Amino acid sequence: MKPELVSLILNAVQELGEHNGVPLPTALDGDTPLFGRDGLLDSLGLVTLVVAVEQAIEDELGVSVSLADERALSQRASPYRTVGALADYAGSLIRAAA
Amino acid sequence: MDTPITLITGTRKGIGRYLAEHYVRCGHRVVGCSRGDVDWSLDGYQHYVADVSDEQAARRIFTDVRKKYGRLDHLINNAGIGSMNHSLLTPLSTVNAVLNTNVVGTFLFCREAAKLMKTNAYGRIVNLTTVAVPLKLEGEAIYVASKAAVLSLTGVLARELAPFGITVNAVGPVAIETDLIRSVPKEKIDRLVSRQAIPRLGTAADVANVIDFYLLRTSGFITGQCLFLGGV
Repeated sequence: MKPELVSLILNAVQELGEHNGVPLPTALDGDTPLFGRDGLLDSLGLVTLVVAVEQAIEDELGVSVSLADERALSQRASPYRTVGALADYAGSLIRAAA
Repeated sequence: MDTPITLITGTRKGIGRYLAEHYVRCGHRVVGCSRGDVDWSLDGYQHYVADVSDEQAARRIFTDVRKKYGRLDHLINNAGIGSMNHSLLTPLSTVNAVLNTNVVGTFLFCREAAKLMKTNAYGRIVNLTTVAVPLKLEGEAIYVASKAAVLSLTGVLARELAPFGITVNAVGPVAIETDLIRSVPKEKIDRLVSRQAIPRLGTAADVANVIDFYLLRTSGFITGQCLFLGGV
């Protein structure tokens, strides 16, 4: 499931870049930092991305999950620190909802 | 302009039912919810049975609204329960129930509504609080505390959601002839009414009048406010 989620998140990041003028690097992958140190997104950008990913998971995988997490600001444990970390977090919630 | 989509919580009876009927009359597509089913129906109104503090139930409503309409214009957080009792006689189960419905429910619906509203960069959220907050009404400690929390939530969310074109305001009614005050002794209601600048019971129409104002497109510069009725 992880590659599918990484690709879904990368699509959401691309869209955010196009619609909200967020400058993106040429290569995007699971290691791309999202939020926190060297992250692409400010807090409003993160909120927008999280909502877009929740809706994409609902539309494409038919599962409703809330990606809210109180570790958002943690450098080490934040599920929003990279694309891959967010994919892992979303995957764990999807498995728990199944 | 597209038909406005309006979600109202606690529509089974009282103010919520009045608001559902009022906004259907105003031409809105109204989605409502309550813990029980409704014994009435209306063209333009769709009901969900849901406890507002149940996260999964709340998300199901918003998923349906998103799939059906693709947007949400208005949220009115009306669902609320009271506890008219001295604090020393209030059981913990009542404290949890009041906080869950009034605070957790309001928060959850604001959060999920904002996600949907932000995709359209437009939204109006109205939360119901009470004049019992500024009046510090004795005998309603946990109810008043929960509605004070709703007031604080309104102020903070107004700032957090402003960048998304969403306003968040509150209305604080006086006592209104509903089930919520039916068990309160008449002397207590009379005492409360006497503390208002205009000493009469409120009506659901008084509440709708304030909400109408907050929902106007031209009210886009008004957020984080609370309007108390009766001159409190």
